[in-house]
Amino acid sequence: MSETLASEPKGHIEVTNFSLSYDSIEGPVQAVTDTQIHVNPGEFVSIVGPSGCGKSTLLNAVAGFLKPTTGIVTVDGERVNGPSAERGMVFQQYSLFPWKTVRENVEFGLKMRGMPRSQRERAARTLLGLAGLEAFEKHYPEKLSGGMKQRVGIVRALATGPKVLLLDEPFGALDAQTRVIMQQILTNMWQRLKISVLFVTHDIDEAIFLSDRVYCMTARPGSIKAEIPIPLERPRQQSMMMSSEFLALRRGLMSLIREESLKAMGGEINDMGMQGLNIELHGHSLADVI
Amino acid sequence: MSSPALVRHPEDNMPATAALPEAVRAPTVTSPATPSSFGTLALRWYRLNQGRLRATAIGVTSLLAFLLVWHLLTTYRVVFFVRFVNVPAPLAVYASFTKAIHDPHFLMHIVLSCRRIFIGFSLAAVVGVPLGLIMGRFKLVHEVVFPVAEVLRPIPAIAWVPMAIMLWPTNEQSIVFITFLGSFFPILVNTLHGMSLVDPVLVRAAQCLGARERSIFREVYFPASLPHIFTGLTVGMGVAWVSLIAAEMISGQYGIGYFTWEAYSLVQYADIALGMIAIGVLGLGSSLLIRGAGHLVMPWRSTR
Ligand SMILES: Nc1ncnc2c1ncn2[C@@H]1O[C@H](COP(=O)(O)OP(=O)(O)OP(=O)(O)O)[C@@H](O)[C@H]1O
Ligand SMILES: [Mg+2]
Repeated sequence: MSETLASEPKGHIEVTNFSLSYDSIEGPVQAVTDTQIHVNPGEFVSIVGPSGCGKSTLLNAVAGFLKPTTGIVTVDGERVNGPSAERGMVFQQYSLFPWKTVRENVEFGLKMRGMPRSQRERAARTLLGLAGLEAFEKHYPEKLSGGMKQRVGIVRALATGPKVLLLDEPFGALDAQTRVIMQQILTNMWQRLKISVLFVTHDIDEAIFLSDRVYCMTARPGSIKAEIPIPLERPRQQSMMMSSEFLALRRGLMSLIREESLKAMGGEINDMGMQGLNIELHGHSLADVI
Repeated sequence: MSSPALVRHPEDNMPATAALPEAVRAPTVTSPATPSSFGTLALRWYRLNQGRLRATAIGVTSLLAFLLVWHLLTTYRVVFFVRFVNVPAPLAVYASFTKAIHDPHFLMHIVLSCRRIFIGFSLAAVVGVPLGLIMGRFKLVHEVVFPVAEVLRPIPAIAWVPMAIMLWPTNEQSIVFITFLGSFFPILVNTLHGMSLVDPVLVRAAQCLGARERSIFREVYFPASLPHIFTGLTVGMGVAWVSLIAAEMISGQYGIGYFTWEAYSLVQYADIALGMIAIGVLGLGSSLLIRGAGHLVMPWRSTR
């Protein structure tokens, strides 16, 4: 495992002039437009935004599952043109192989790389130990709780020693308690492995708590509305979530997102003749926003 | 979260860096505390298997009731729409069974039928499963093969008998061919269905772990389709017996289907029932074999 515990941070993601549209019967659907983002080596960056704004689209393009309509995606200077083990990915729908035991799941990437069985077994055990899962190595995923499944998912994605870890709302389906623990575990793994992380979430607290920087996207077609550095010191603790600094960041981000969500729903609200509603929105009324 | 060691930590003063080595210590599985006596063990076993015991008891009772009804209907030669006048009684069937198991002819009929099933079914599995997998993965193959399969599929195996006799030089080959046809289509269709249901997220997960086309096929598509493949094999085995018996009755010289038909021609009524029961038992046994193989091949599903 020494190679995955390298000391130099790695994984410089650069997304330039990015746009992506899906083909549909009614013509192309512009999902993401005119977007630039970057993640420095070893940095933890989150993307937040209203539902349907193209967060997953952007992440899938970085993973190599989708081709940008315009623009390019590079990782450490190399252009992305297809999925690879260099960019590990954790999905919201656990996505463990049900026919493989926990350890076999973790071994999968190493097996694909042609590592001999005994060696990859040892590597998988070490990694599972780090995530507190060694007692479950012979279990099939079906028997695990959601939190454990997602821990296995993270460990599996990290086993091949990727430069970049991409996560698409990985904790979205977990309860609040488990979420907090998973956040700690993720933070830990990230700090040990010194790789860069691109993290998509709905949860503003989660984004602030975990990240060095947060990108906030606009409603569809998504583009970057704001880039917010999170200057909170590390190691971060749960108690920080009550600090005035945290709360200020939270308020700012919250209003940005609310603005966009309202914009996304603006049409519907107008259609339903709800302009009379005066929702307080940091000084604006709803009518100003729409 | 089922690891209490994780939850127990007071989260608020836990520094993130220290969290992992400590917080992630998984709870070691503790064995049941006290060694229990035989009595309590038996009791526990009984409680765990209560449902199954109940089902077995009811099953046995219902079989006995079936035999009893059969016995009564035949002893009193009931005629009520259906005529039980010539139907052999269970005891008569049992008598001809004890005679038959010492008769090498009867055993030969059984062995031959089993061999035909084995060859026909194995061929169908060996052709049908890979073809289904390939059709599921490569659109062109699907587009070429599917229309032909759809046209041939509704033709019942029995309707193939004259054609099979023309196609194959020996009777034996044509019977195996019909058995093959009977099981081939269920296997093919179910394999295809399994392939179409493979979760694309799993394919993506494999791709970003470095899997290439061939590995994805072997490590994702194939195991993901296995449950449906086994459904196909089970259905295919059933249809294989149906087809085999029909073919043996029409064109055979040996085999348990032929035995049953011959018994009718020779007015040996007890042997008709014996043949039927033998077919039932063989069919059941072969489905059980497939189910067992399924459990072996798919250990991740067998605990359900
Ligand atoms: N295959 C597709 N074809 C057409 N439109 C699509 C397709 N996939 C996504 N879209 C559209 O593109 C937009 C962006 O989708 P995307 O899944 O990236 O959003 P998201 O920000 O991840 O949303 P959520 O927060 O709900 O996960 C959505 O409006 C969606 O309807
Ligand atoms: Mg999404």
